[in-house]
Amino acid sequence: MSIFKRNPDPIGPLDYSRRFSLRFTVGLTLFFLYAPIVGLIVFSFNDSRRNVVWRGFTTDYYVKLFNNDALMLAFGNSLTIALFTTLFSTVLGALTAYVLWRYRFPGKAIYEGGMAMPIVIPEICMGVAMMVFFARIGWPSGMIWPFNLSAITIAHIAFSFPFAAIVIRARLESFNPELAECARDLGASEFQVFRDVVIPHMKPGLIAGALLAFTLSLDDFVITFFTSGPDTVTFPVKIYSMVRFSVTPEVNAASTVLILLTLVVTAFALRMQNRNNMLGSSGH
Amino acid sequence: MENWKRSAQAFFAAFTPPTFWLVAFFIVPLSLIWLYSFSMKTGVTDITLNWNLHQYARALEPLYLGIFWKSILMAAATTAICLVVAFPVAIAIVFSKPTMRMWLLLLVILPFWTNLLIRTYALIAVLRTNGFINGGLGWLVEKGDWLLSLVGLGDNTIIGPFEPLSLLYNNTAVVFGLVYVSLPFMVLPLYAALDRLDRSYLEASLDLGAGHFRTFFSIVVPLALPGIASGIVITFIPAMGSYLTPDLLGGTDSQMIANVIADQFKQANNWPFGAALSFLLMYATFFALAVRAVLMRKEGRGDVK
Repeated sequence: MSIFKRNPDPIGPLDYSRRFSLRFTVGLTLFFLYAPIVGLIVFSFNDSRRNVVWRGFTTDYYVKLFNNDALMLAFGNSLTIALFTTLFSTVLGALTAYVLWRYRFPGKAIYEGGMAMPIVIPEICMGVAMMVFFARIGWPSGMIWPFNLSAITIAHIAFSFPFAAIVIRARLESFNPELAECARDLGASEFQVFRDVVIPHMKPGLIAGALLAFTLSLDDFVITFFTSGPDTVTFPVKIYSMVRFSVTPEVNAASTVLILLTLVVTAFALRMQNRNNMLGSSGH
Repeated sequence: MENWKRSAQAFFAAFTPPTFWLVAFFIVPLSLIWLYSFSMKTGVTDITLNWNLHQYARALEPLYLGIFWKSILMAAATTAICLVVAFPVAIAIVFSKPTMRMWLLLLVILPFWTNLLIRTYALIAVLRTNGFINGGLGWLVEKGDWLLSLVGLGDNTIIGPFEPLSLLYNNTAVVFGLVYVSLPFMVLPLYAALDRLDRSYLEASLDLGAGHFRTFFSIVVPLALPGIASGIVITFIPAMGSYLTPDLLGGTDSQMIANVIADQFKQANNWPFGAALSFLLMYATFFALAVRAVLMRKEGRGDVK
């Protein structure tokens, strides 16, 4: 065959990944995916407001960023919301995962479907539903910080904890129920079994679920946009209002900060999940 | 798995908190919207529930039906482009060495973890009038003209002065943006489906004389069909309901259904009508999910996500 060259390591018929055409496509796709983001990060260090020609390196826009009180307040709000969301989502997600893993009960398929709903329905629908809900029940606005963020936090928890539940449940698949049975036989109460036997096994899943909830909350724009008021602006909502205005290096700098934060958290989460899977397969 | 009755107390202790949260802060808000969709706006802030289909009837007027249709077309175009781009990428990933495969997968997923708003903003910087594409083209034209001036054809005699292309604020920009943000959605299920594929079928097909294209269309595509269907549905659903991309990249005529919904709840302040539109969008989503579930079951395979 003509594709067998004298090359000591010839390209075999199924070596699709070594064909130039496919490599070129992959390269082009990755360029398409990364060039805009890399451009954004690079130009946050550009010493020019015009933002298209490189005029030299500067960190001025980061300094401006940290001196921008409104932006820093939004950043603080985002972190606060994300922390509370993480805490609640992890607990609720762990309980959901435990119930679905351990019990058989009538209507379980419907229950699971209901838990998947916040994941599948369009964000805009959930956003407007939350907006109407909080307006309708007269949720107090204008409370002191951090209680003024409660509406956003509640909405974030509602869409984050089902994601956390999925991650935690995947971890529970590798748990041997006989261990819990054994602890019960030895006189442990249900709560003790959960605390001392189940939770230690869940731990990597809990951490991965928590990190997932954190990034989901930190990144959310649409649902937050509909639940936030003028005095409860989050970082993405603030960036949105800046983006609508124009393309500026400040927005690039703010975006870069958010990208870095998410990347660090995600790297941790992926590591956890990897360990999760490895332990999972050895646990059987 | 054990019956809940065996340890009812423990069951309820674990069952109650998440169920409460789901019901109180998800089911109830959605039900509220659902009730609104059967209501009428009777004053500036007054809404009366009178169980009629007026709002749905209005949603089916040509104007809104047109927007629904447009959303479907844009999402379909996005899905089709994603499928064409993602297939070779998924094939290349599946057939690479294990370490390379890990890295490529990570590279494809990583943008997914970058904020949607930021990725959309990054595209604005690329596409706008004095953005990277127009800047690059302008530079090329300028240098080309300089080269031509060496042979006496300069001063825009052959290649005219550069007119920036209007790449932003139109439907093409929206589809471009949707492809950009939803490509990982398509690569992952395709990768999962191709990964399960038994390679001996491919070898057999190639050995028996079929070319790579014939092998692809007669062997790979039919075997990967559940993955393809799954990829199509999970790319299509978020694309159809997307709000941010048409909002930031689209022009006045590229509104999609989510933008109209947002408008009804914000500027237009007609909650019942917005509620009806939301539910129509949700029914469309459920329909797409049901199609996916049926296709997956028919193939008797597990969930590909």
